[in-house]
Amino acid sequence: MTRRRPIFVPAMLIAGFLFLYIPILLLILYSFNESRLVTVWGGFSTKWYAALFQNEQLLGAAWLSFKIAAMNATGATILGTLAGLALARFGRFRGRPLLTGMATAPLVMPEVITGLSLLLLFVAMEQAFGWPGGRGITTITIAHMTFSMAYVTVVVQSRLSTLDESLEEAAMDLGARPAMVFFLITLPIIRPAILAGWLLAFTLSWDDLVITSFVTGPGSSTLPLVIFSKVRLGVSPDINALASILVLIVAIGVAIAGVYMHRQQKRRERDVQQALAANL
Amino acid sequence: MSRLLARLGGRTVVTGIPYLWLLLFFLVPFLIVLKISISDMRMGMPPYEPLLVWASGQLVEFKVNFANYTFLWEDALYRNAYLNSILTAGISTVLCLLIGYPMAYGIARSPPAWRNILLLLVMLPFWTSFLLRVYAWIGILKNNGVINNFLMWTGLIDEPIVMLQTNFAVYIGIVYSYLPFMVLPLYTAIEKLDLTLLEAAADLGCRPGKTFFRITVPLTRSGIIAGCMLVFIPAVGEFVIPALLGGPDTLMIGRVLWEEFFNNRDWPIASAVAIAMLLLLVVPIMILQRFQGQQLGVHR
Repeated sequence: MTRRRPIFVPAMLIAGFLFLYIPILLLILYSFNESRLVTVWGGFSTKWYAALFQNEQLLGAAWLSFKIAAMNATGATILGTLAGLALARFGRFRGRPLLTGMATAPLVMPEVITGLSLLLLFVAMEQAFGWPGGRGITTITIAHMTFSMAYVTVVVQSRLSTLDESLEEAAMDLGARPAMVFFLITLPIIRPAILAGWLLAFTLSWDDLVITSFVTGPGSSTLPLVIFSKVRLGVSPDINALASILVLIVAIGVAIAGVYMHRQQKRRERDVQQALAANL
Repeated sequence: MSRLLARLGGRTVVTGIPYLWLLLFFLVPFLIVLKISISDMRMGMPPYEPLLVWASGQLVEFKVNFANYTFLWEDALYRNAYLNSILTAGISTVLCLLIGYPMAYGIARSPPAWRNILLLLVMLPFWTSFLLRVYAWIGILKNNGVINNFLMWTGLIDEPIVMLQTNFAVYIGIVYSYLPFMVLPLYTAIEKLDLTLLEAAADLGCRPGKTFFRITVPLTRSGIIAGCMLVFIPAVGEFVIPALLGGPDTLMIGRVLWEEFFNNRDWPIASAVAIAMLLLLVVPIMILQRFQGQQLGVHR
């Protein structure tokens, strides 16, 4: 495979990347289309961007989605970091298999099942305890935290499992309490993973349509719900403009995060090497 | 706070918080779905009958109704939806593997400095909105969309080819959306592959094709299985892709559940559909969990 046909693999790689990126590039290209018929070119225009910023419904939905995504990401990061820490550092404990199962199953669980089951839980809880008292931001955030914490758990756990425990053990030997070890040693080491987890949880929540549809209530239309109801009726140029803005934000965000993590990693490697050199 | 921590033990607290959260919001909901799937529908809110009827502290009635399940089994609509979901998810998974394997192989064999950038490029679309990426394909596949406009302009066709609202569009949508999930575990597995084994096989006169199927594929099996499960499981219950790209006759079980719930407001049937889907996915999920170690290496 590698020797006889050195062309095949690079060609597939290029074709794969074209497949991944051409739709996104077309989406952006047609957002500058004058014509209302999205895919028929009618000249260059930025009017759909202007229309976007006057669309109160869309802006309101975007703000609601942003709030939910930020709350969700923070909560999911805390829960996911705790779960990741437990799975990576506590060895075998009672109930570990169940925690592993529950922490990873949401990664692949079809969203219609998660959404339906959470809605039925909220309805049952409301009947039994009178809480959560209607559905809206609270129920959406809880639902998002439940599935996005799984991603944080995986990111944190895999980061911790690639690091050896000697630093933490050294701190313990020097008399630091477990909580102190966590805040002074473990947390700074896994900070890039926690940041990645937070961003991932934010994106998942910001993007979620199916689970939100189940657990939302009147007046709580997040951005994906508004987009979906528009998109169902067919293509429309202002959605293209919205998509282009979102793609741009993500590209910038990922680039910044990538550079930051790269630097962090380099710095840490250098610190470790210096520490080792000093000890020798 | 610290005294409480000390009494409970820090570990118990660290483990306990996510544990309780997941028990309450992940495990208990399934039990409720199971319960409602065996209750009767009724008008009102919530639209199902209680299983247990209590009167003055005594259990007076215990109604279990498996009719929802027999209904699912007997109605051809649901059977077809299940079979069609498995078929669609299966075909899409195979297509994903056929595209993803050479990509992962190419990335793993590229110069080390490039690998992280190429991986980032695979992941980048995943960070942009899933909904909008599916939407992008509507504009490409529809009758006056990009592909048809281009083909008509070149004169290759006179009539637009109907691509949107077909199974073909659904396959494309699934492959496009889930490709990163296939590439990442494959990359992890291929990167670990010991190249000297391939050289040894070549030295001993094994042909490249045979080497690939006898050595590379078996040694990257864990990545193949993890990748396939990561695509197959969510694809079976997919709603957005068949709703936007599929036609009215594209029956997929996620869509059926959605319609039972939102359009027919039949919560017990929707619950029974969910439980039946879950039973179908238990085996793939367990296979995935077995290969979880390999899958864990994926996210960095």
